Amino acid sequence: MRTVLYLVQKEFLQIFRNKFMLPMLLVMPVVQTILLSYAANYEVKNLSLGVVDHDLSPMSRQLVATFGASGYFTVYNTVFSSKIADADLARDRTDLILEIPPHFERDYIREGAGKVAITANAINAVKAGLAIGYANNIVRAYSLSHASPVAVNRPPAAIQVEYSNWYNPLLDYKTFMVPGILGEIIALIICFLTALNIVREREVGTIEQLNVTPIHKWQFILGKLLPFWMISLVMMTVGLTVGWLVFRIPMLGNLWLVFAYTLVFAPCMLGIGFLISNFAESQQQAMFTAWFFLLIFILMCGLFTPVDSMPEWAQWLNTINPVKYFVEFMRLVLLKGATFADIQQNFFTVLGYAAVVNGLAVWTYRKRV
Amino acid sequence: MDHAIQIEQLTKTFGNFTAVNAISFEVAPGEIFGFLGANGAGKTTALKMLTGLLKPSGGQAWVAGIDVQRKPEQVKRRIGYMSQKFSLYEDLTVRENIRLYGGIYGLKRTDIKAKTAVLLEKLQLEPYADQLVAGLPLGWRQKLAFSVALLHEPRIVFLDEPTSGVDPLTRRQFWDLIYEAAHNGVTLMVTTHYMDEAEYCNRVSIMVDGKIEALDTPRNMKKTFAAEDMDEVFRKLARSGS
Repeated sequence: MRTVLYLVQKEFLQIFRNKFMLPMLLVMPVVQTILLSYAANYEVKNLSLGVVDHDLSPMSRQLVATFGASGYFTVYNTVFSSKIADADLARDRTDLILEIPPHFERDYIREGAGKVAITANAINAVKAGLAIGYANNIVRAYSLSHASPVAVNRPPAAIQVEYSNWYNPLLDYKTFMVPGILGEIIALIICFLTALNIVREREVGTIEQLNVTPIHKWQFILGKLLPFWMISLVMMTVGLTVGWLVFRIPMLGNLWLVFAYTLVFAPCMLGIGFLISNFAESQQQAMFTAWFFLLIFILMCGLFTPVDSMPEWAQWLNTINPVKYFVEFMRLVLLKGATFADIQQNFFTVLGYAAVVNGLAVWTYRKRV
Repeated sequence: MDHAIQIEQLTKTFGNFTAVNAISFEVAPGEIFGFLGANGAGKTTALKMLTGLLKPSGGQAWVAGIDVQRKPEQVKRRIGYMSQKFSLYEDLTVRENIRLYGGIYGLKRTDIKAKTAVLLEKLQLEPYADQLVAGLPLGWRQKLAFSVALLHEPRIVFLDEPTSGVDPLTRRQFWDLIYEAAHNGVTLMVTTHYMDEAEYCNRVSIMVDGKIEALDTPRNMKKTFAAEDMDEVFRKLARSGS
């Protein structure tokens, strides 16, 4: 064990002496948390709306004004020909067309029902879906508040849906993103650093010197992993502090649980980094290999697209995605206040994962060349 | 008498290529044994097998009485090694490097302190003790690396081209360190490309294409090959081999 302490001391000396390393460990998480949390969200705003108003009645104008006041839409123009509106949509000047037919107001008042048409540019399916959803809500709210005099005598629609958003009542996406991004950054950085650190020793040649000493494989590996293990805790502390100071993210769960989980999760990523380093001969190779896996891990971890809506095979594939577990954990504990009992399956999966990955890393590490 | 190193029919093949072809010899304790050969002759491969870095394909080797094939980790406890690549940590200071390797070999903290002081004084590195190794001239670094390889008092030290790229004066100083170690009973196995250094060895072997073509004292070798100096011996042998 004393040998390991000497190795850990050496790693820390090197890390603190490296001008690049500390900024990477401390500044990167802060910048990414702030930047990504503001920029990467699911909200669609500033939709450009083209209006074709064939009715030009007080009611049609009121409906258009409601759209404009919703905060989601900006009325690009009001025209009287579908052709012009279609052309605007085709040229990407508008995202959505609201077409109000002639006699809209008259029909609505006399018959108690009216129709409007909504056409969305669905090249970006997510955006189109959201835009149509918003538009539907606006039209429904409008029709409820402007009940037709004819309709007054009829029973109102029997079923009404009332919404309440639990765990994130104001639908603030930053609240949703920050815990996930924090998990993603820690996973990314420690995996990269471990892989590069070990391969660097191979490139420089110092690993050969260590290999002719009587240190055991496990001593060498512990000496490499312990420093980054501790660093993952520091990064978590910094990240949570930023999340709390800047975004006021809720921390409903037990923070000790968060740190305890980090201690189990970090070895997972460290082990993957170590495993990569065993098969890479240069830092470049290690970098590309690590990037290959991390890119998949990050895009599939549920940070940007919900895991539940992925195809079944992808969800199955995701069971070997460690980052998924971390992001899931962070959201459950911080936003929902999950306790250990709620996340124990996740916890033990990650624990097992860490054991397997590190076992493989130790097994494939060769003191002989 | 016990040999420091004993090799019998040691062989290493990589696929179809035989890098080391059934070499056999012994090295006596306290001997300075020169291990010569052209680039690619198999010196480094042989050295790597003796230090437990590479698994032999055939034959046997005992280093400090221990079977290299069976117990490479026990061999490592008893040997020192300095490779042709500079093998100290450049981003650590002189003192930190000594402490690290002392710690790895399990020396006590007080021992490490004491040995650091002695070593710094001997190499006259005291003013540079807390400077990064990266800032030291190559020759100084190599002397430091050699001293660090001796830190845990190994009985045998392997030096793989320790002086390549070092100026003649520092090379001379380096050999003084080698003589001193040999005087203290350490067995040294040295590979080199400098033929003047070959003359400093007690015995010399010359490897050509994975085989040992000649093994003798430098004096006898020059006689056998009717050569003026080791340089001529080497050229005669290398030519006949190719």
